[in-house]
Amino acid sequence: MAVETGRDDFIIAIRSAFLKKGTRQKFSLFTLLIISILVLSLEYFKTGPVDKFRSFTKDFIYKGSFFISVPFVFIKDQYYSFQDHMSMYEKYNELKDKDLKLKSLENENNFYKSENQRLKKLLDEKMLSSEDYLLSKVLLDNKGPYLKSVIVNKGFNHGVRLGLAVKVESYFVGKIVGVNLLTSRILLASDLNSKIPVIVEPGSVNAILTGNGNNEFAELEYLPKNNNVNDGDIVYTSGVDGIIASAIPVGKVFIKEDKKFVKFFVDFSQLKYVKINN
Amino acid sequence: MEGTSNKLFRNIVHSFPLILLFFLVFTGFDLSFFLYEANYFFNFIYLVIFYWVLKKPDTLGYGLIFFAGIINDVVQNFPIGISSINYLFLCAIAAFIRTRTLLPSLLYDWILFFIAILIVSSINFSISTMIFDIPISYGTLMSSSIITFLVYPIFAKIFSVIYLFSLEQGNVE
Repeated sequence: MAVETGRDDFIIAIRSAFLKKGTRQKFSLFTLLIISILVLSLEYFKTGPVDKFRSFTKDFIYKGSFFISVPFVFIKDQYYSFQDHMSMYEKYNELKDKDLKLKSLENENNFYKSENQRLKKLLDEKMLSSEDYLLSKVLLDNKGPYLKSVIVNKGFNHGVRLGLAVKVESYFVGKIVGVNLLTSRILLASDLNSKIPVIVEPGSVNAILTGNGNNEFAELEYLPKNNNVNDGDIVYTSGVDGIIASAIPVGKVFIKEDKKFVKFFVDFSQLKYVKINN
Repeated sequence: MEGTSNKLFRNIVHSFPLILLFFLVFTGFDLSFFLYEANYFFNFIYLVIFYWVLKKPDTLGYGLIFFAGIINDVVQNFPIGISSINYLFLCAIAAFIRTRTLLPSLLYDWILFFIAILIVSSINFSISTMIFDIPISYGTLMSSSIITFLVYPIFAKIFSVIYLFSLEQGNVE
């Protein structure tokens, strides 16, 4: 190790690092840093042509990213399919042992649904839930330590709006946080920044479900001091924010070290198609 | 026919860092592992940029690194431009170290890499929290920086093998 000393050398080295172009470099670092700062400052324009251009660029990059990820998604799918195949016999036995009584449960469910709608009408409550949904394909799933979100192939042009709830089957997955012309970004309930107003049943206890970056569970926060939330209670969206529809099942409560967590019903690692509630 | 395939192979080897960088930003791929129920990850892109700008600056053009940053921001949903600034600062530090170093050694690069990622992470944290109000977990950022620092020698060794191989291929040409 040998490092040259001297103040002049130090300044020359800094100047060389920022201003000197390499043999095949077209721009100096200084020029590119200035351009980066200018691009970053464009983030303040949330409407108009800048926003349209940004939306178009995002769509373009998402599509590119989707095509590049195809082989890796295929490998991942094969892996999960193999896992499913291996556990098939076990699952079959599990289902055989259960007495499901599906038909009677379905009838009961339909009865409660219609009763609920009738009562809500009587109360003149705004109906947020709707049977209309937009089936969307997951293009990209980014699940880093900071980010738990997916990109879907429906955007502003298809009627997607910010804040809409997203489901898989009938279970809550997340909400729309970014809309481009042809694509949208869904913030999963497991993301660090996700905060969903929920209700815990039975007992109708209101709380906020806060994502902690874990794919399997999230934490229940802002519970009343003397609450009677127990292991196995079911958590639904409460709809108090006026955007996300109410009564979408999210997960099941479990208690660990006096903290209350919710185990999601949905496996976030295997999202293929999602329903965007219109 | 053989000549064409050899040439293609040489080009792939020569462009390996560039292919790797764009693969990482386009797919949002991260190398993470679970230890004691916690998810740890390291920033592979920082490793790639620092190593190749330090050792073979002609392979990764600054302009392409800038574009890689833009793509990374779109894919990761960061404010567009923030990753470009981080990567370019990392390039500047690597270029500075290259200019000041007479006899390179892995240990020296390793320690300076730690200082570099601390500076870059501080810039990232400051811009994200102070300008854009993006809540970043400070603990996660620090742990990822430390893990990135710890794994540097392993990847530096792998990259140096590829670097020597690309030099050999260049000499064959």
